[in-house]
Amino acid sequence: MAESKPQPKVKKKAVPMPKQPPEVRRHNFNEVALGYTEEQALEEASRCLQCPKPQCVSGCPVEIDIPAFIKLLREGKYEEAIRKIKEKNSLPAICGRVCPQEEQCQKMCVLGKVGDPVSIGRLERFLADWERARGFTIPEKAPPTGKRVAVIGAGPAGLTVAADLAKLGHEVVIFEALHLPGGVLVYGIPEFRLPKSIVQAEVDYIRKLGVELKLGYLIGRTYTIPELLKERGFDAVFIGTGAGLPQFLGVPGENLGGIYSANEFLIRVNLMKAYAFPEYDTPIRIGRRVAVIGGGNVAMDAARSALRLGAEQVYIVYRRSREEMPARKEEIENAEEEGVIFKLLTNPTRFIGDEKGWVKQMECICMELGPPDESGRRRPVPIKGSEFLMDVDTVIIAIGRTPNPIIQRTTEGLAVTKWGTIVADENGRTSLEGVYAGGDIVTGEATVISAMGAGKRAARAIHEYLMSKK
Amino acid sequence: MYEILRVEELAPKIKLFEVYAPEIAEKARPGQFIIVIINEKGERVPLTIAGYDAKKGSITFVFNEVGKTTRQLGLLKKGESIWNITGPLGNPSEIRNFGKVLCVAGGVMIAPMLLQVKALQEAGNTVVTVMGARIKELLFFKDEMRALSHRLYVATDDGSEGFKGLDFLKEVLAEEKFDRCVAMGPVPMLQRVCELTKPYKIPTVVTLMPIMVDGMGMCGVCRVSVGGQMKFGCVDGPEFDGHLVDFDQLIKRQRMYLPEERLSALLWELGGCGCGGE
Repeated sequence: MAESKPQPKVKKKAVPMPKQPPEVRRHNFNEVALGYTEEQALEEASRCLQCPKPQCVSGCPVEIDIPAFIKLLREGKYEEAIRKIKEKNSLPAICGRVCPQEEQCQKMCVLGKVGDPVSIGRLERFLADWERARGFTIPEKAPPTGKRVAVIGAGPAGLTVAADLAKLGHEVVIFEALHLPGGVLVYGIPEFRLPKSIVQAEVDYIRKLGVELKLGYLIGRTYTIPELLKERGFDAVFIGTGAGLPQFLGVPGENLGGIYSANEFLIRVNLMKAYAFPEYDTPIRIGRRVAVIGGGNVAMDAARSALRLGAEQVYIVYRRSREEMPARKEEIENAEEEGVIFKLLTNPTRFIGDEKGWVKQMECICMELGPPDESGRRRPVPIKGSEFLMDVDTVIIAIGRTPNPIIQRTTEGLAVTKWGTIVADENGRTSLEGVYAGGDIVTGEATVISAMGAGKRAARAIHEYLMSKK
Repeated sequence: MYEILRVEELAPKIKLFEVYAPEIAEKARPGQFIIVIINEKGERVPLTIAGYDAKKGSITFVFNEVGKTTRQLGLLKKGESIWNITGPLGNPSEIRNFGKVLCVAGGVMIAPMLLQVKALQEAGNTVVTVMGARIKELLFFKDEMRALSHRLYVATDDGSEGFKGLDFLKEVLAEEKFDRCVAMGPVPMLQRVCELTKPYKIPTVVTLMPIMVDGMGMCGVCRVSVGGQMKFGCVDGPEFDGHLVDFDQLIKRQRMYLPEERLSALLWELGGCGCGGE
């Protein structure tokens, strides 16, 4: 019998992420996941098999050379490791926290077949946090090209485009409609999942690259896109205005007091810091019994914020079953650990108010799953006569967002789909010369990393366009 | 930062600010609004634009010192600055020659109405204006309004000047034909005007300033029911067909944060301006 080749010992279990305990964290807005220590990061990095044909890279929307950065990390070359990531991704501290790695790089990891995949996102976060703690070094920039680019929206797509084009020597101005930069990273994702100081640090880095940020400029109103190109001396424009307009259910009673769109609720809490009212001026009213309608990440964020604001009972009300929930598994588990109650296969049919116009009850109907619909998920079908009442005093509707229409309405010749998204090719080219777009405004509501990927590709295309233009 | 060029006290607790904001001044049109944030911890407050001067690079707005933010704003002096102003927001008013237009303004909204009356008059309309306030001390811009209007009526809630309330309009409307009515002011006033113009089928445009947070179509708190449809005050408005607006619901929605607004103002009163000085 031939001697079998000694197999390298595979560590099947990932190093767990240290977290604040659920009973503690449900009362504070501090970050839930605490991040790996150096020791933990080295141990987790040692699990990587350094595959000759790495599958993980193909799962990454921005194609980070994952085995290479993990190898450098393992060798203690943290500076080089973070450089390796930053070749492809300007915002690793953010992606390390909010990317759905389990659906992307980690899904492809071969270790996943025998145990846990390598925790690539946690390693990315470790390196990004290490770099931030010791201060960013600003990479060398190409000599000035004399070309000017206007970037609309300081969210993940816009910040990525701006950073890449600034490094290539172009003059970049970001116009942000809100009074703080970051887009969904500051108004949408809560502090406990993505501390605002991290977004601030990333924005500062982009400022240090020479990018100018103009806050409180709503393009379409303050300036239009044709004005930016013709009168304000910009050679190209990138539109990264995201998914803005909230969707409502369209059932009776939706305009009662105490019923928020998830956008309103999260903007009040995150951007306006209503949890610190009255130190901060923007108020929020949170009741004892809160129902969040929807099953995505935004719904989880809203539910977990409601708990932290002092609600006694927080429900996630979702019309399909747990398997169809679009939220990240990790976030569903976090919410559950913190005490969020899931009412699945349930859909609101109307809201009932008190004499002051405040919501006091919600009528729901039970659902069952029928055959798959066009999204491939099984279609929820109401069960006749199964209506019941739930006592609630706050309702947060988190069923999705549609594109903000202001730019589309004020830019003649810009091709738009029937859903209101902007038509753009894979490199972000729109129907207008010199005008590019990427992120949720093109794809509809998606992820931070896919917006950044779109930003990367658009930056390359804009660079080519600018350099080919006389 | 936006520098304050001029401060004028138009009436007790009603102030006019002229602010240097060249990019907004260039773009502003009657009917639009701005969002003002006084400092890093401030709320986003929507205020209707009352004037603009592209040459000078300035905009003007008028506010009532009622809540914490507007009272803090009222303490600012010429030469000081406002942290952030975003605008112009909302859709501009439709200004063209309608014929004979009845303009009804109340409270601080008298200021943006002056801008509106001027634009309507320049477009060739015959403008009959009604301006009102709670008490006569709160009336301002009377001479300016008279100069631009074909005829001016003054009304107060207590009858201390001019007519008492808006009931006199019943007679005016019975005798005269109007092609359009434009109303700006407190919601109960808008509601009353719409009740009065409805029997005569006069197209009545009301400016709504519901509670807003971002003011550019993101949060949906400014939703109003118009003809049974959900509309957003910030991006679909601020002007709507007054005969279709569900005013009762709007009034309730405007009161949603009354307890918090009172608390905020009270704490501010007790603790001074919060800047640590004075």
